Amino acid sequence: MSTPVVYDPKGFTFPDPQRRVLQWSMFIAIIAMFAGVAHGLAQALSYAGINILQYFPGLSSYYQGLTVHGVAQALVLTFAFSNGFLPLVTARALSRPLNMALLHGTFWFLLVGFLLAGYALLTNQASVLYTSYAPLQAHPTYYLGLSLVVVSTWLASANMFVTLRGWRKEHPGERIPLLAYIAVLSYAMWDLASIPIAVSFLGFLLPWSLGWLQHVDPLLNRVLFWFTGHAIVYAWLLPAYVSWYALIPRQVGGKLVSDPLTRAVFILFLLLSIPTGFHHQYTDPGIATSMKAFHALLTFGVFYPSLATAFSVTASLEMGGRARGGRGLLGWIRKLPWGDPSVATQLLAMLTFVLGGATGLVNASFTVNQVVHNTAWIPGHFHMTVGSAVLLTIIGVSYWAVPYLTGKRLWAPKLAVAGSWMYAIGLLIFARGLISGGLQGMPRRTFIAEATYSASGWKLAGALAGIGGTIMTIGMLIFFLIMIMTFLVGKRDGAPRDIPISESLTPPSQNGWDSTMDRIGVWVIVAVVLILLAYGPFFLSYTPNMVSPGFKLF
Amino acid sequence: MRVHTYEKAFLIVGAALLVVFMIALTYTSVAMGIHLPGKVAMVDPAALATTPPFDQPGVRQTGDNTYEAVVVGQAWQFLPGEIRVPAGAEVTFILTSRDVIHGFHVERTRINIMMIPGQIGKTTYTFKTPGEYLIICHEYCGAGHHFMFGKVIVE
Ligand code: HEM
Ligand SMILES: [Cu+2]
Ligand SMILES: [Cu+2]
Repeated sequence: MSTPVVYDPKGFTFPDPQRRVLQWSMFIAIIAMFAGVAHGLAQALSYAGINILQYFPGLSSYYQGLTVHGVAQALVLTFAFSNGFLPLVTARALSRPLNMALLHGTFWFLLVGFLLAGYALLTNQASVLYTSYAPLQAHPTYYLGLSLVVVSTWLASANMFVTLRGWRKEHPGERIPLLAYIAVLSYAMWDLASIPIAVSFLGFLLPWSLGWLQHVDPLLNRVLFWFTGHAIVYAWLLPAYVSWYALIPRQVGGKLVSDPLTRAVFILFLLLSIPTGFHHQYTDPGIATSMKAFHALLTFGVFYPSLATAFSVTASLEMGGRARGGRGLLGWIRKLPWGDPSVATQLLAMLTFVLGGATGLVNASFTVNQVVHNTAWIPGHFHMTVGSAVLLTIIGVSYWAVPYLTGKRLWAPKLAVAGSWMYAIGLLIFARGLISGGLQGMPRRTFIAEATYSASGWKLAGALAGIGGTIMTIGMLIFFLIMIMTFLVGKRDGAPRDIPISESLTPPSQNGWDSTMDRIGVWVIVAVVLILLAYGPFFLSYTPNMVSPGFKLF
Repeated sequence: MRVHTYEKAFLIVGAALLVVFMIALTYTSVAMGIHLPGKVAMVDPAALATTPPFDQPGVRQTGDNTYEAVVVGQAWQFLPGEIRVPAGAEVTFILTSRDVIHGFHVERTRINIMMIPGQIGKTTYTFKTPGEYLIICHEYCGAGHHFMFGKVIVE
């Protein structure tokens, strides 16, 4: 007996009102991206020793701009995108509309959160950087706003769960369609992961900034931040993986390799993304090294599903390339649809991500971390992960999703391809600079252009960061131009009518171990057990040291 | 679950590689004695002036060839700003912060530790080569963060 496990080939037409909300969710993502990028250029040039802050009217300091950059890019862009994208693909995979109230709730919570945090940021009352480390103290609207952004992700997640439950009632005993499964699991992981930061913000930092609480414990809030903070990078990355696994194969004319293995990969992410946060705190006092070692071990574990992804995604690309007439060991690469902006952009995302993953393994490497921690190496690394794999995938997805949602054909697709190449090439130069600078001690989060110290090797490193960053900025401006022009003058014909959903080479089976993978609740419980093992010993042996009043040193 | 042969091979080689990396890391910390900062003790940042050893920041000789450097981080300087030790000496840094979080990174070394208010940090390093080493505050600590540095002078 076969069931439409992959997707419903009849197609599915989204109700227009839902389409509009999802479209605006994508636009908020793009607006956040724009807000963040402007100061990105100033940061890159600062590393090159050039100070352009006088051209930013109303900006009080480098650090105010850097906080905007981090919050807009890492917190608003990523979640605004995922809040739209994941429910969209879930609904399509199940051929069911979403819950309208939850859809509106998701949108408004995110927007109001963005505006509240934005108010504090733009008035220089929250220049604490996106990590919000106490005892630097921001204005209450900053903590409140970011908390609302987190709540919006919970609402998006609830929407997917409600839609899935409705589908399951009507399809008893059937396997969950893969695309819906991996989308739901991505946010299920994040639901668990986001609890600690909500506790930190709502339980400590917000009351403290309101004056209801006199003192907080800086280490405790750091631990809570990174409890969420490693998993957050997977909350950014998994939506990109959803596209690479389930959509890209179709876009290049191939197939997804294995349905069960793909599910297994997402289960591993659910289990291992969260109990790894101490790898951001290897150099922190106050945490036992044995606990750090345990988190290091699990971090190597969570690298594993990404390795599996590398194989699987490359294999489906190869299938596509060969189907398009590619021959020989590598000849299929040339045959991939490099002229399709959505595909080309995401291929570049994957290529740059190889270096992001490799440098990430270095960061994870326990003792080796002491060489790179908090140096310019780190932004070198993560612009090749969130700043490339995630960003370029968001852009690549936008190149079909914005036309799909607005019904308008993409404007200037050739220019779009060129823009993505510029961003990727600029990124490699930029990251090469920051990485070498970091190895020579150059600090991150520092206004190098005005710093009162310097060391050998920083000049070249900084210059590369400046040059690369400028090229990246041009690439980004091209993307904004294309989005604006598509919205304003895009032709009302030739926009995609459906989401590109792939078929699998190895389909899911109806029985045996395979189908237990669909019992999401069971996997969530296993994840919770692992989290308790990884964080329990710390919290059980830790007495909070509530000694810090707020400091506003900005 | 059916897994393709190539995929199986890739996954096995990948797993083996990760295991090799982990063995190498275990070797660096167990056999080569490279350690991460760990749990030491707590402290009240408001009472540093009366809490030894932070009431007297500075460098002290503690043995034949061992030194102790007590450093307090505060916006936007290290106290003391300059640490002098002879080449080959083993130096134990004992650190904390008086206000917000600061960083303590000595360039060209693996001394890299956070200064967190309320926590005492400790790390040990042997400076073999004479010279001047920058101490960089590598955690954002407010508007003057990029003015915050110090020096280790190895003679
Ligand atoms: C034109 C493109 C971009 C340029 C030139 C740029 C440049 C930079 C530079 C130089 C830094 C380091 C600043 C410092 O540590 O002092 C930085 C930090 C950062 N960037 Fe970007 N960036 C760009 C795009 C992005 C994108 C697309 C993302 C994420 C999607 C991103 C996320 C971040 C984050 C999270 C930080 C860390 C902020 C912090 O340390 O608090 N950036 N960026
Ligand atoms: Cu991490
Ligand atoms: Cu600092």
